[in-house]
Amino acid sequence: MSTKGYTLTERDLVPLSIGAAFLGTGGGGNPYLGMLRTREVIRSGGVARIVPLDALPDEAWVGAVGGIGAPVIGFEKIAEGGECYRAMRAVENATGKTMSALIPVEIGGANAMAPIIAAMMAGLPVIDGDGMGRAFPEGQMTTFSIYSDGRRDGPAALADDKGNVVVLQHAINAVWSERIMRTVTVAMGAGAGAAGAPMSMEFVRRAAIPNTITQAIEIGQTVVDARAKRQNVVERVVEATGGTLFFAGKVTDIRRELTGGFSRGQAVIAGIDQWAGAEGRIAIQNENLVLWIDGKPVITVPDLIINIELDTGEPLTTEVLRYGQRIAVIGLPAHDLLKTPEALDVIGPKAFGYPELTFSPLAFKRAAAA
Amino acid sequence: MIRIGIDVGGTNTDAVAMDSSGVIAGIKASTTADVMTGVVNALRAILDASKLEADAIDAVMIGTTHFTNAVVQRRDLAQTAAVRLGLPATASLPPMVDWPDDLKAAIGNNAWLAHGGNEFDGRPVSDLDEAELLGIAAEIARRGIRSIAITSVFSPVSAEMERRAAEIFEKAIPGVYVTLSSEIGRIGLLERENAAIMNACLRELSTHVIEAFRAAISQTGIKGRFYLTQNDGTLMDAAFAEKFPVLTFASGPTNSMRGAAFLSGVKEAIVVDIGGTTSDVGSLHKGFPRQATTAVEVGGVRTNFRMPDVFSIGLGGGSRVVETANGIEVGPTSVGYKLLQDALIFGGSTLTTSDIAVASGSADLGDRAKVAHLKPEFIGKVREKMQQMLEGCVERSRLSDTPLPVIVVGGGSILVDGRIGELGVIKPNHYAVANAVGAAIAQVSGEVDRVYVLSQTTRDQALDDAKAQAVDAAVAAGAARETIEIVDVEDVPLAYLPGNATRIRIKAVGELHVD
Repeated sequence: MSTKGYTLTERDLVPLSIGAAFLGTGGGGNPYLGMLRTREVIRSGGVARIVPLDALPDEAWVGAVGGIGAPVIGFEKIAEGGECYRAMRAVENATGKTMSALIPVEIGGANAMAPIIAAMMAGLPVIDGDGMGRAFPEGQMTTFSIYSDGRRDGPAALADDKGNVVVLQHAINAVWSERIMRTVTVAMGAGAGAAGAPMSMEFVRRAAIPNTITQAIEIGQTVVDARAKRQNVVERVVEATGGTLFFAGKVTDIRRELTGGFSRGQAVIAGIDQWAGAEGRIAIQNENLVLWIDGKPVITVPDLIINIELDTGEPLTTEVLRYGQRIAVIGLPAHDLLKTPEALDVIGPKAFGYPELTFSPLAFKRAAAA
Repeated sequence: MIRIGIDVGGTNTDAVAMDSSGVIAGIKASTTADVMTGVVNALRAILDASKLEADAIDAVMIGTTHFTNAVVQRRDLAQTAAVRLGLPATASLPPMVDWPDDLKAAIGNNAWLAHGGNEFDGRPVSDLDEAELLGIAAEIARRGIRSIAITSVFSPVSAEMERRAAEIFEKAIPGVYVTLSSEIGRIGLLERENAAIMNACLRELSTHVIEAFRAAISQTGIKGRFYLTQNDGTLMDAAFAEKFPVLTFASGPTNSMRGAAFLSGVKEAIVVDIGGTTSDVGSLHKGFPRQATTAVEVGGVRTNFRMPDVFSIGLGGGSRVVETANGIEVGPTSVGYKLLQDALIFGGSTLTTSDIAVASGSADLGDRAKVAHLKPEFIGKVREKMQQMLEGCVERSRLSDTPLPVIVVGGGSILVDGRIGELGVIKPNHYAVANAVGAAIAQVSGEVDRVYVLSQTTRDQALDDAKAQAVDAAVAAGAARETIEIVDVEDVPLAYLPGNATRIRIKAVGELHVD
């Protein structure tokens, strides 16, 4: 194995779970159980090596794995533990290619940990990066899919807690793959482990958002340290991430509805401090999609809109947002790979149902706001 | 109906006598080391103060921190077996995986995983394996364990497997106590399982405590029925409380908020309960405290109890006031129950918030001459600091910009004089014993929390079904059917599930039915 990278320790896990929730931009599920599961595997002797994108040769095969299903299901029907591992092995069997490392599909939320657990079971390293640099709701919204270079979609595999394994030999595109995988997941009890087709390291180096596991740990560590030193958590996080505090206020209304299997809604925030009298509004579909201030769009996907609790710095998933919470809304520029024309077709505001909005990257907004 | 409400706190045991027209009398007695002596003293004192005969009392309602303290202090806990039905699912995280080691050790760390459990839509994860459970039962018996907590995956959707397993264990180990997770908690396996295990480890203690309360009450000649208050502000009768001691956790803040609503007649408000060391602040909606939606820790263990969403700050009637280089500090340290010795107004040498209240003329307590040396400018600064602390936590508890009143209760209420921020303040009669009033007026509830698949039924049908189940649960718990109201409806769509699955949570509450 490469000498680059580092071994994840038990002490990294709480920071990683906080940072993963932060980068989850409201979605991705709560990483608490994933944190416990990773901890259990480490305690029983598992070794998680996190290696940078340049650690493996071009021809090495890398597998993207993650949990698929409804977050609330995961909280009740806790994983058997080997789901992602079995899905990964099924893909190897179907392709005849052996994985040299695993990589997260998304760094946001619970899926930051899934590949770490599977990699420990397989004795493989985890690539420090992911396919979103945040969380998005669907499989075709990864950079692995967006920059697939015309590779066919598949084979991919799903494995459940009971030992059922389904291999999707070929999907005509990523949207069909997502659709079929979700339907099978529901049959499996609405929670499963998923693995995509092996990707060459040469491709992963070009397509992955780099260093996001390390970034998540660092963000989480900043929150933990600021709390311990009783510093202003919001200020410290903004400094550490290079993000911008766009709004602070109290949640005064939450509207939710279910359309097409997704929870969509809006949060309304009454401004405080320098925003007193102003109204913030955030569109949510599992993740935070758009921030308006006094009716004017200020941040849109794929840039990151992150709600954290004002006092504790705890990242808030859209599921726990509620009346009366005092929150800070932080904006973080998305990685350049998420902002190309082909990426914006899939993960820009229009793709999420906001045809009237044009993505205008956050870095520009930050300069204007300053 | 004449009732006595009792709140057994760390320092004081408060009692009130009430009839249908309101509070007849309220008293404060000292909590004693053996608790029961304090309860008997409080009962005698309230009978005296109210001039009621013991046999006129129809019911006694007790709010107690006894069981919470047992877990927090790791004492009187029984060896407990945790049995989870869900294999092959859930194997990645065994029972008690995130418990503090000392608590796990205190109850023996006995855990088993077995087959069973359901999917979100009711299908089995795997079938119950009777032989497997009999093997576990033999091992539990061999280890001499007397209390079992059974948790099955998605038991809030179908509790059948938990019930079947309980029958098998009860038959195999005669006289064993069994706690079912479906009777205690909500969706969220680890948290519900934690609550069930904590309940099981309190099961032997609860038998003794309930018996002792019963004896204390009968010593005073009272023959009425006796109830304990639970964490949602409703009652359980003594036999039920014996089976579900864990439901008494955090009933204190709930009782004080319910008492505040009753005493003031206001149902939409912010409540500030000021004790000797801390102030607890929460918001009332329809006369009930708003519930916390995130996991709550008790004794270092995550649970998903129906806890009131209460925020505490270190400001009470006994908080120390210190002038430092950085300005004035109020709390979080406190003279606590030694206020009557340590505060300046009582001849002590510690400057407390109560001294400031007396010095500023807003309270009449102790010897005012003993604080005459305090400069008006200093008094003004301390009052401003206290006001800021109160404003901050009240603001945090507000749900909207609607200007709600603030109800101030508890022994430390003398600290509040006038408005808090832009909000008006209500300090009701009997404010010092609001806890006990909340216990006395407590109602009876029933609750449902399950996932409905809306492609198989309409949303209205699902809501109606859940409401009917909640009402039946309230009746079963002792509510008079004709008084039952639905107080809480929450339906949360489950993302990523085709078929529009929705989780519905409903609570029904009614008046206590007394024959």
